[in-house]
Amino acid sequence: MNEVSRITAADQTAGPARKSRAALLWLILPMAALGLAIVWLVVTNPLQRFGNGAPPVETLTFERTILSDDGIRVLVRAGGSEPMTIAQVQVDDAYWQFTQDPPGPISRGSTAWIHLPFPWVLGEAHAINIVTNTGATFEHEIAVAVPTPAHNATSLLSQALLGVFVGFVPVTIGMMFYPALRGVGRDGMDFLLALTVGLLAFLLVDATAEAFELAGEAAAIFQGQAMVWLAAAASFLLLMAVGRRQGAPSGVALATFIALGIGLHNLGEGLAIGAAFAAGAAGLGSFLVLGFMAHNITEGIGISAPLLKKRPALWIFAALALLAGGPAVVGLWIGSLAYAPQWSALALAVGAGAILQVIVEVAAYLMRSDGRGTTALLAPATIAGLTTGVAFMYGTAMLVKV
Amino acid sequence: MTKWGPFEITRRGLLWGGVSAAGGSVICASGSSLAQSDYSAGHSAHTAASPLLGHGSAHGAMITVGDVDEARNGFETAKLLTEWDTGTVSRLPDGRNLRTFEVEAIDREIEIAPGIMFPAWTYNGRVPGPSLRATEGDRLRIVFRNLGSHPHSMHFHGIHAARMDGVPGAGLIDPGDEFVYEFDARPFGCHLYHCHALPLKRHIQKGMYGLFVIDPDPARHPELTDIARSRLLGTPENAEWQEFAMVMNGFDTNFDNENEVYAVNTVAHAYMKRPIRIVRDRPVRIYLANIVEFDPINSFHLHGNFFDYFDQGTTLAPTLKTVDLITQCQAQRGIIEFSFKDHEPGLYMFHPHQSEFTELGWSGMFDVVEAIA
Repeated sequence: MNEVSRITAADQTAGPARKSRAALLWLILPMAALGLAIVWLVVTNPLQRFGNGAPPVETLTFERTILSDDGIRVLVRAGGSEPMTIAQVQVDDAYWQFTQDPPGPISRGSTAWIHLPFPWVLGEAHAINIVTNTGATFEHEIAVAVPTPAHNATSLLSQALLGVFVGFVPVTIGMMFYPALRGVGRDGMDFLLALTVGLLAFLLVDATAEAFELAGEAAAIFQGQAMVWLAAAASFLLLMAVGRRQGAPSGVALATFIALGIGLHNLGEGLAIGAAFAAGAAGLGSFLVLGFMAHNITEGIGISAPLLKKRPALWIFAALALLAGGPAVVGLWIGSLAYAPQWSALALAVGAGAILQVIVEVAAYLMRSDGRGTTALLAPATIAGLTTGVAFMYGTAMLVKV
Repeated sequence: MTKWGPFEITRRGLLWGGVSAAGGSVICASGSSLAQSDYSAGHSAHTAASPLLGHGSAHGAMITVGDVDEARNGFETAKLLTEWDTGTVSRLPDGRNLRTFEVEAIDREIEIAPGIMFPAWTYNGRVPGPSLRATEGDRLRIVFRNLGSHPHSMHFHGIHAARMDGVPGAGLIDPGDEFVYEFDARPFGCHLYHCHALPLKRHIQKGMYGLFVIDPDPARHPELTDIARSRLLGTPENAEWQEFAMVMNGFDTNFDNENEVYAVNTVAHAYMKRPIRIVRDRPVRIYLANIVEFDPINSFHLHGNFFDYFDQGTTLAPTLKTVDLITQCQAQRGIIEFSFKDHEPGLYMFHPHQSEFTELGWSGMFDVVEAIA
């Protein structure tokens, strides 16, 4: 302690050059200490005395399953304390020939494809059980075996079309209410803005819950829960900072943020649908698509709400619809081509953060727009709008949940 | 599946979001474009092109991948079939044979299927333990040393005094200790020994068991001398037979009280990948025991042939004649006799008729040949 204070005292009396050298020293010293600690740790291996002969902890996560006419392929991610070695693979309680790509032990956090030339049966269930060299087993169930669609221009186009129908089309239809809504008075305006907040609140809850669910399926190495919280908080703060650069957003700017938040949510939805495709689970009913359309029409109304006092050009509406609905198409493609639960969770978490930012901004706009401040939040029209927004979203969500 | 236009709503066809994203936990559209027959055709084509050459291909793609390192294991699965431990024989004052065996309990990690290591408890470093073989009426002395990490014993199925039973208080010894079991070899038959330390299940499942065969003394069976002599190891009549020791066992590698590997003589698919060669016109005798844990019943089924069965091996006449399948409860055992002399050479499969056991490693082949070169 004495020595430290002496050095500090000496520093204060020294010239600027010496001062910077000392600063450099104080940068190098802790680094050197860290280096020494690492060397000591490696050389002496003090953890050895904790070793009790127990086999290493192993975890294996199944990220993708592809069924085709040359059998089953699964993508697995290792999360063991040491590299994991897959010794054998059972399918339906039978040892089955398999190949692993890349072969050999799978290091922590890495993935490998397992290919099984297994004659799976259409529409039936199969269980894959991977046995490691320590005898630990990791099971993955294929609840209903259907061929995973192959990707080609046609399938990507079909998916794009589906994305347009669940994303872009309903948003556009919602925006078509714009002329009719223009004539609304103060209460009508409050109602519509509150309706927007209500629908966004529903999407926030929905996206967050879904993100957590997906995070739970991801490999432990991704720390799903923390990742969702952090991604949501980061995107919220970032968008708040960007949005508030020129004061509180209103009009086209606010509508853009709403569209962006909704767009990120639709990206997440697209990922989920795409993942369903990849899992060979693309039995989407037409009424499901209709359900999504009804569900998402409200989004279009919400986006137009801050624009009612303006008269933006038509291309702005088109751009907003694209921003809100377009990501569904992108999500579908990504989801079906390269799906992994952690990336879907991340997309949904970012979307949740964005939605929260929009909720804050729309609520602020609502308070500001008629000059009543917080009392506007509790006005009957506002409460009615909130309730209607949530209820409508909840009700139409029933159409798309089973 | 590429078209999504004319949808049909199916039972599970509408799962959404996270659920569907679970990857495989989902759904299906009716009207798949991939017909079942297309797939089957693809599969058989694959089987034909299977990289597995030779005998293993009789199992198609349904087989463990790779080979067990037998040098590391310290025992060869092929040799387990024919290696008998007859001990060291000396003469007692009353003229009887004194047969002394030495058995050590050893902890050893063994490879039970290619790449799958199992921390076993063994007798003499192998699973199953040595196939001890004596003659009816011998005085037996089994010197048992426990070099393992847990208390162990040898409990013999046979006739002996309570003191020699190998249960707690009677020959169950701590690590580092030694015990000598001593009793007369009777009755003749195909028996078993195993560790009787508690918890019993764990000690058996860990690999502490083996065959204990007592050959009949021809002098004691005047009416059936020839049969007795054919069973008695070392006689010319016995040399004519092709005898194999087979212990049906299983291994629970993940502690869920179910076996991940089933086998005869420990290593999954060992005799599938390297069939047991037998000469066509010499009779075959199998000393078979079931020591599988967690599943009460095991069985033995032979392809293309029928056999005679001697339950527990304690009779010289078959207890079952002309059968192609026998079942054994836990610790049940017996002798199987058959011949392929009227058959054409080729590969004849044997396996339990519990399909699950077969598919998890317990299956093998006899390679019937005219003569061994």
